[in-house]
Amino acid sequence: MKQFSRETPERFTTERWYQVGRPALLIGVLLLVVLATVPFWSSGLVVDKLTTLFVYILLAVMWNLLAGYAGLVSVGQQAFFGLGAYFALRLVEMGMSPYPAFFVGALGCAVIALFISVFALKFKDGEFAIAMWVTAEVIRILVMFDPIVQGETGTSLLAMNQYEPEFRRNSNFWFGLVAMAGMLGLVLWLINSRIGAAAQAIRDDEEAANSVGIRVMRVRQIIFVVAAFGCALAGAIWLASAVTFQPRTYFGVQWTVFMLFMVLVGGLKTFEGPIIGAIVFFLLQEFLGVYGVWYLAGLGVVAILFALCVPNGIWGELEQRRGLRLLPTGVMLKLQTKD
Amino acid sequence: MLDSLIQGLLLGGYYAMLAAGLSLMFGVAKFINLAHGDLAILGAYLVLFGVDQLGFSPWLAVLLSLPVMALLGWLLQKFLFTRTQAAGFLLPLLVTFGLGAVLQNGLFGVFGSDTRSLANYIGDLSWDSWQITDELSVGKLPVTTFAIAILVLSGLQLMLSFTRLGRAIRATASDPEAAELNGINSHAVHRSVAAIAMVLTALAGSLLAMRAQITPYDGPMQLIFAFEAVVIGGIGSLWGTLVGGIVLGISQSLGATLISSQWFQLTGHLVFLAVLSVRFYGTIAHQRGGWWMLIKQLAGPMTGWLSQGSIKAKATKTRIKNG
Repeated sequence: MKQFSRETPERFTTERWYQVGRPALLIGVLLLVVLATVPFWSSGLVVDKLTTLFVYILLAVMWNLLAGYAGLVSVGQQAFFGLGAYFALRLVEMGMSPYPAFFVGALGCAVIALFISVFALKFKDGEFAIAMWVTAEVIRILVMFDPIVQGETGTSLLAMNQYEPEFRRNSNFWFGLVAMAGMLGLVLWLINSRIGAAAQAIRDDEEAANSVGIRVMRVRQIIFVVAAFGCALAGAIWLASAVTFQPRTYFGVQWTVFMLFMVLVGGLKTFEGPIIGAIVFFLLQEFLGVYGVWYLAGLGVVAILFALCVPNGIWGELEQRRGLRLLPTGVMLKLQTKD
Repeated sequence: MLDSLIQGLLLGGYYAMLAAGLSLMFGVAKFINLAHGDLAILGAYLVLFGVDQLGFSPWLAVLLSLPVMALLGWLLQKFLFTRTQAAGFLLPLLVTFGLGAVLQNGLFGVFGSDTRSLANYIGDLSWDSWQITDELSVGKLPVTTFAIAILVLSGLQLMLSFTRLGRAIRATASDPEAAELNGINSHAVHRSVAAIAMVLTALAGSLLAMRAQITPYDGPMQLIFAFEAVVIGGIGSLWGTLVGGIVLGISQSLGATLISSQWFQLTGHLVFLAVLSVRFYGTIAHQRGGWWMLIKQLAGPMTGWLSQGSIKAKATKTRIKNG
């Protein structure tokens, strides 16, 4: 022991994420406050577009939580996106007013996700991915049995028509903003908590994590349910602005393609990456969306190229090359040499 | 009832062929290709292109499309899949999923959204049937599909069992490093496997296009069917895949006839999920000394006063037996 203490003369200090991230966190909160005032001084178009962006950010952050932090690559997250919208629809049909219904519907999805997690999380890697896809298909078919959905035809959230267009647009915006900000905060807290650390340990080596006493199943379940809840909220917001509900659109696998693209381009396994990816995706959608299928095919190509050549994504690269750290996770150990 | 059983059985042949490529690549390279279904659809569109634009007869077009698809598989493995395999399980999933999106939208961009079919080109094969009894008849096309599937799978099995390449494939599948030590180039084996898998997949896609209408976005559903067949039959065995395909086909067909046509896919999915659960709980049951013991233990609180002591003793005994 003595030998050791002689050979480690350096003192060290620890640096926690909130110490490093304080300025970034402050700017982030300020930005959210400014965003909240947008409906007062901006045009309706901007408000609508920003609501869409919130949905993208929400989806990207949720998928990154699942795939990046917990190593659970799901290609069936559209299950919760669609189910969130469907539950909202059903609850409104039963007489609940829309905005509470969106929230309660998402909570319902979280409960369903808890049940699904019991069997889905037994699978590993690719099997989990496809098992989730099958689950999404089963849920879509079951939803299509519901008479109010009318099979392929779909239906509309007519209750939204009771509001003035202006009021409806702004409410959607604020609901989306609050949902996004809330989930961002939750994820930031989660990945810096013991659960987040445990999830990353499981992602990197399940057996080792298990052997040091991490309850693998429980940790994965928590992450899975949170991600499902976020996707369900996103689905509800989408329904609020789109009003129409077609099962094939809401349960379409393209949502997962989008999530994958945003996370890969922005940066897997970072907190900031998916947000940047969502903004990039949003801009691409705005400017290149008119090219239709070739644009979508291009998204796939870009996602592949990013996965192969820039596996850390835009933000991961910036972090490595410039030493940028806005909202790092975990604890940094800073050594101080004696001189 | 008998009719739908036979329909399901014949459909199972198609699923087996569709799933064989997926099963082969997973068995040998531990590689799950999420673009598998889209590649099948690509094969079908290639045949349609040959028939439509180049004026080949359908079967010739199918034959000609196979080497093209084999080459494509070889190239994909060499330039794309190998690079992903080195980096853990995440990258292959992301890249093949992205590839699927590229294929779907690319096919849509080139061929448009219209549903297409080869049925118009193969004459009376597409609708003709053999009358077996007064009420029972089987379509010529489903029987042909089934026969082709059996032939191809048998050929593949023979190849795996008796040829040099087959031995190399089996060696790589069971232990890549040991195979390398014995002078097998596992990368080359993976490329051959990808080429073979792509031929099987393209053939399956072409047979699908003869039987049904296809669109560029049909790939994901085919992937799901293929995956279900592989999992139901047990991963890594060709005949298991055939059994899995037949079970899937029969359950879909029964679901569609006995309940309603909407249940076609749903029963397939449910059987798949049921098989997965049974397999999963089967492992637990085995650990605890069989199904009956598991049920007894799960119902323990209720029956506990009856025979708890003996169950515990038995469970301990089996645990010791199983190590």
